[in-house]
Amino acid sequence: MAKILIPTPLRQYVDKKDSVEIAGNTAGEVLASLTSQFPELKRHLYNDEGRLRSFVNVYVNDEDIRYAGRDATPVRESDTVSIVPSVAGGF
Amino acid sequence: MAVLDTPAPALALSNEEIRRYSRHLIMPEVGMEGQLRLKAAKVLLVGTGGLGAPLGMYLAAAGVGRIGIVDFDVVDESNLQRQIIHGTKDVGRKKLDSAADTMRDINPNVEIDRYEVTLSSENALDILRPYDIVIDGTDNFPTRYLVNDACVLLKKPNVYGSIFRFEGQASVFAYQGGPCYRCLYPEPPPPGLVPSCAEGGVLGILPGLIGVVQATEAVKLILGSGDPLAGRLLLYDALAMRFRELKLRRNPECPVCGDHPTVLKLIDYQQFCGVPAHPPEAAPQTGEIEPAEVKQKIDRGDDFVLIDVREPHEYQICRIPTSRLIPLGELPKRLNELDPGTEIVAHCKSGMRSAKAVDLLRQSGFRNVRNMKGGILAWSDKVDPRVPKY
Repeated sequence: MAKILIPTPLRQYVDKKDSVEIAGNTAGEVLASLTSQFPELKRHLYNDEGRLRSFVNVYVNDEDIRYAGRDATPVRESDTVSIVPSVAGGF
Repeated sequence: MAVLDTPAPALALSNEEIRRYSRHLIMPEVGMEGQLRLKAAKVLLVGTGGLGAPLGMYLAAAGVGRIGIVDFDVVDESNLQRQIIHGTKDVGRKKLDSAADTMRDINPNVEIDRYEVTLSSENALDILRPYDIVIDGTDNFPTRYLVNDACVLLKKPNVYGSIFRFEGQASVFAYQGGPCYRCLYPEPPPPGLVPSCAEGGVLGILPGLIGVVQATEAVKLILGSGDPLAGRLLLYDALAMRFRELKLRRNPECPVCGDHPTVLKLIDYQQFCGVPAHPPEAAPQTGEIEPAEVKQKIDRGDDFVLIDVREPHEYQICRIPTSRLIPLGELPKRLNELDPGTEIVAHCKSGMRSAKAVDLLRQSGFRNVRNMKGGILAWSDKVDPRVPKY
């Protein structure tokens, strides 16, 4: 089971958890399983065409999946998957 | 490598400055040369809010020779929980004046340039151009993309920090051809999808930490020492007290800093971020009800339900008597608690969330539903001033 770290703005859609353990061999599988378990999360991660939104980044360990095979990025048992949406606050 | 050339030989420190900067001067990593670099440096701070507060104070204390500050706001009571450059006596003053006073008190040697403007596509290049380093301490997406693009176009490093509730991000963008903000996030979220600090809240201490990370990076760039936070995104989680670091790569297809850039001049960032340039006058919405009318209904003992769709922690701050708490997120699961035959009025803090609640209720077959205009803030203004505003 890979550990998925959920950022503060999205915790409200995953029963207020800060991380979720999910099985899957690729980033795509892990995210599909996550959004089927927490359907409300889906529209915050994917656009209407089913593509990952351009202000939400997903990392396997410290690697951005956009540069590591996107949905096909391999995920191993011990890996940490991070969802990092953009935030603008500064005041 | 330092972003600055070796300081002009004409620059020297006075005896007062030598005493003041003693703890820098005795470190070989800074020394006289480094302190002169700091004195020769010109740094622009965009925003003197939560991030700008520690930035302005520490950069002034460190002896950065010239600091530009951009802000158009006035100090509000709700700023004081985190914007420590301003004090209670400054409420109602221009943030620029209040910030400049604090910085000058810390270090009168610093030259402070004040820009009382909203940074825009028209003025950004002119304002940024004289500075060596730009620090982004803003609070909205349009200005962040504007600062980024202007820095890439002018080839100036952009020291970035961003905060939300208990979490922060920091990086150094556009440093010597490295990745920029658009490489990290090509596009902003549509308006309304990501809450701002004003809507979502922020731990007062958090901008202190992230602002100090930004100040550290700015000082390192000036000194030319250490590894800059370029090509890396630092994430901080205050609740877990954990720092993490993610790799950040330049996107060859980035429209601003990529191999074939398509953004060659500043664009309309409000439009880019989906913010209408001229927000339409709020037309009276069907299904809205004035707070005063709600008060009359309560006083008359009308048969209706007033639901408060805020969160439980907000309900603890203040509430309208007779209201029933059903947080917006729980509403879909709790529809069975409501009678479709009874009139329902929904309210929240300012009317946004309750408008969503009204839509949801209508879609679920409730016919007689209205939204209390302006939320509990308007209730405090128009009906009962004893209800505190938060």
